[in-house]
Amino acid sequence: MSNDAVDTGRRRFLTAATGVVGAIGGAFVAYPFLASWKPSAKAQAAGAPVQADISKLQVGERLVVEWRGQPIWIVRRPDNVLKNLDGIGDKLKDPESAEEEQQPAYAKNAYRSIKPEYAILIGICTHLGCSPLYQKELNAVVEGVEGGFFCPCHGSRFDLAGRVFSGVPAQQNLRVPPHKFLSDTQLMIGVDQEAA
Amino acid sequence: MAFKQSEAKGLLGWFDSRFPLIETWNAHLAQYQAPKNFNFWYFFGSLAMLVLVNQILTGIWLTMNFNPSAEGAFASVEYIMRDVEWGWLIRYLHSTGASAFFVVVYLHMFRGLMYGSFKQPRELLWIIGMVIFLLLMAEAFMGYLLPWGQMSFWGAQVIINLFSSIPVIGEDLGVWIRGDFVVSGATLNRFFALHVIALPLAIVGVVFLHIVALHHVGSNNPDGIEIKDKLDAHGKPLDGIPFHPYYSVKDIMGVVGFLIVFSIVLFFAPEGGGYFLEGPNFEQANGLKTPAHIAPVWYMTPFYSVLRAVPHKFMGVVAMGAAIAILFVLPWLDKNPVKSIRYRSWINKLLLGLFVVAFVILGYLGTQPADPTPTLIARICTLYYFGYFLLMPLHSRWGKMKPVPERVTH
Amino acid sequence: MNKKIALILAGLVMPVMAWASGTSVHLDHANINLKDKASLQHGAQLYMNYCSGCHATGFQRYNRVAVDLGIKEELMQTNLMFVKDAKIGDLMNNNMTASDGKKWFGQTPPDLTLVARVRGVDWLYTYLRGFYKDDSRPFGVNNTVFPEVGMPHVLQELQGVQVKTEDGELELVKAGKLSEEAYDESVRDLVNFLAYSGEPVRLEREAIGVKVLIFLVVFFFLAYLLKKEYWKDVH
Repeated sequence: MSNDAVDTGRRRFLTAATGVVGAIGGAFVAYPFLASWKPSAKAQAAGAPVQADISKLQVGERLVVEWRGQPIWIVRRPDNVLKNLDGIGDKLKDPESAEEEQQPAYAKNAYRSIKPEYAILIGICTHLGCSPLYQKELNAVVEGVEGGFFCPCHGSRFDLAGRVFSGVPAQQNLRVPPHKFLSDTQLMIGVDQEAA
Repeated sequence: MAFKQSEAKGLLGWFDSRFPLIETWNAHLAQYQAPKNFNFWYFFGSLAMLVLVNQILTGIWLTMNFNPSAEGAFASVEYIMRDVEWGWLIRYLHSTGASAFFVVVYLHMFRGLMYGSFKQPRELLWIIGMVIFLLLMAEAFMGYLLPWGQMSFWGAQVIINLFSSIPVIGEDLGVWIRGDFVVSGATLNRFFALHVIALPLAIVGVVFLHIVALHHVGSNNPDGIEIKDKLDAHGKPLDGIPFHPYYSVKDIMGVVGFLIVFSIVLFFAPEGGGYFLEGPNFEQANGLKTPAHIAPVWYMTPFYSVLRAVPHKFMGVVAMGAAIAILFVLPWLDKNPVKSIRYRSWINKLLLGLFVVAFVILGYLGTQPADPTPTLIARICTLYYFGYFLLMPLHSRWGKMKPVPERVTH
Repeated sequence: MNKKIALILAGLVMPVMAWASGTSVHLDHANINLKDKASLQHGAQLYMNYCSGCHATGFQRYNRVAVDLGIKEELMQTNLMFVKDAKIGDLMNNNMTASDGKKWFGQTPPDLTLVARVRGVDWLYTYLRGFYKDDSRPFGVNNTVFPEVGMPHVLQELQGVQVKTEDGELELVKAGKLSEEAYDESVRDLVNFLAYSGEPVRLEREAIGVKVLIFLVVFFFLAYLLKKEYWKDVH
């Protein structure tokens, strides 16, 4: 072997260059494998907006529809509930729904809805993802509150606007999905209402 | 036993004191002595490892979306090809990889045949390699059923029926393998389990043994000389060089060269002219309608030709089995003290050349319908195939050998 | 010895050549162009109007076709989707149930998503132009490349009626809505669409392939230099 002629600088440079190009190649190979975990065309098709007919929904009743595999609750709230919602702010963690991501801008109001009568909520507890139970009666969820949602998994409680009560495991209000009213009786879930 | 502190410092030292990290690195890479005269044919071992890794990775990713049921398998493959982001690339990597595996392995085996790498002291290394080859054929055969196309179905039907030709137990054996009276969802499910778990585990295990055995006896080389016979003052082979960095950089070059060829097929001809992905397999399996012409995938066809060349069902199966089995005893058939074809007689060279021709012709004929003329040719080639091995104790000594040099030529 | 071997070799090779040149049915060259969006759109329109009533394209989604072929989703929905209540993200199935198909045609009309990969584009191109009048068949037509074909000639109103002459050639005896050239062009578009449908990712695959190869060639060059550099020690 003729070790005396070794050009270590060139050797080091070529090793580094091949290493870098190889690493880039590795990243290019890894990308398709990682990207293949994204929702497929089938999942996206299933995630398309769904239309709900609310013409038969009675006052005080709840309708559940499926959107992206999640339960979407549509609750027709009676007047006494709406009145009650105004006066329980001190029991709630975030009565003003200050957190932006919890609802679209058009539902950031006292009743967290486009029309006060109809609450549209994603029925997934913001703690660890169970689906809370719907309660209609006074005091059923919290003393002095007309109805609400109670999560059987870890005891989180929400009012009928989906706002979380203080002192429960969940820290955020239930989410309001993007939605719009096509007419008085037809609701589209999954698309935003155009800016008025 | 006292705790032996590694000479290395820091984190590496901590590990090395508890795991033979540096020792393993040195023994198998940095100080593993490989002959310095490896040529082109010595790329295929590392390439086979590369393809194995490719098959395992893409295979794992395919199982994430594949549906192993008779109702859903075909549609789930098209789901992967269309709906899953990059699914088409992962699927083509796997299907092209399957064919690439056999290309690489056949060339690797031919290298062994050519340079006498199966001869003493590498008999066991060769046999372990043959076990890998057998497992690989089983793996490929079961994998080919999974897309549940017409070729998948009828190919499996025909091959499983080969077992039915075994006297007395054959019928029951076929039913037992299928788990049904025809190839069905039950067959698909068990083949899926074997294809994605059992056989890959076995293959990885035996590949490990193959490398252990190789590093124990040391690599052969194109001159067929034992480099361990000529040592320097430090006990290192005079004609040896450390695997790392010399063969690691060379293999990187080989890998990239291979990837260029592989990518050309993958991106521009993933169907491999109808040999890698057969046309009829784009039609869902239909147990009531056999395609006009069925043939196994190309890498099985040499042995399929042997099967068809024998005009008796059971004897055909025996012949096909024998064609593979005979390779296991190759180390004891070759009686020539000279390993490498380089220093063997022109008769040896010619007979080996004709063997390759016969093997390729058998492979080609296996893809074609069994008409009288091709059947006749297949018979001649089959006779040559068996003659070549069975008469090897005689013909391996024919002709005048050239003197084998003391040191490797480089 | 050498002569004998040469003879054996010749004996082996010649019959192979004779037999390999054995003739099959002649196929016309389809000459399609997957990059021709107008042709693909016309093909899709023909397919949806003439084929999709009986044949499903059940592995492909409407919105994928719309995006790949540059058709607006609303246009797709109003003009090319005939299945009741079909949504744009749905698979392109058809209205006919498998059992109805079996009742009407003797067997369920096959799904055509992958037909171009099964048969090849030249076969399809020849097949769709190869129907001729044959009163012995249930639908009154037969086909040059698909003898005893089990479906009617649905494009007859476009092509007209062909008969098979004594010497096996096809002859147009009753003109259809299209001239012969225009009909061939329409069939070409239809086959183009089916070829697209067999592998929608094909153009993308080839485009990526070019980039991958350029990268690999650069990589190979570096690896070659690195290998040469290290192997200076050995030489």
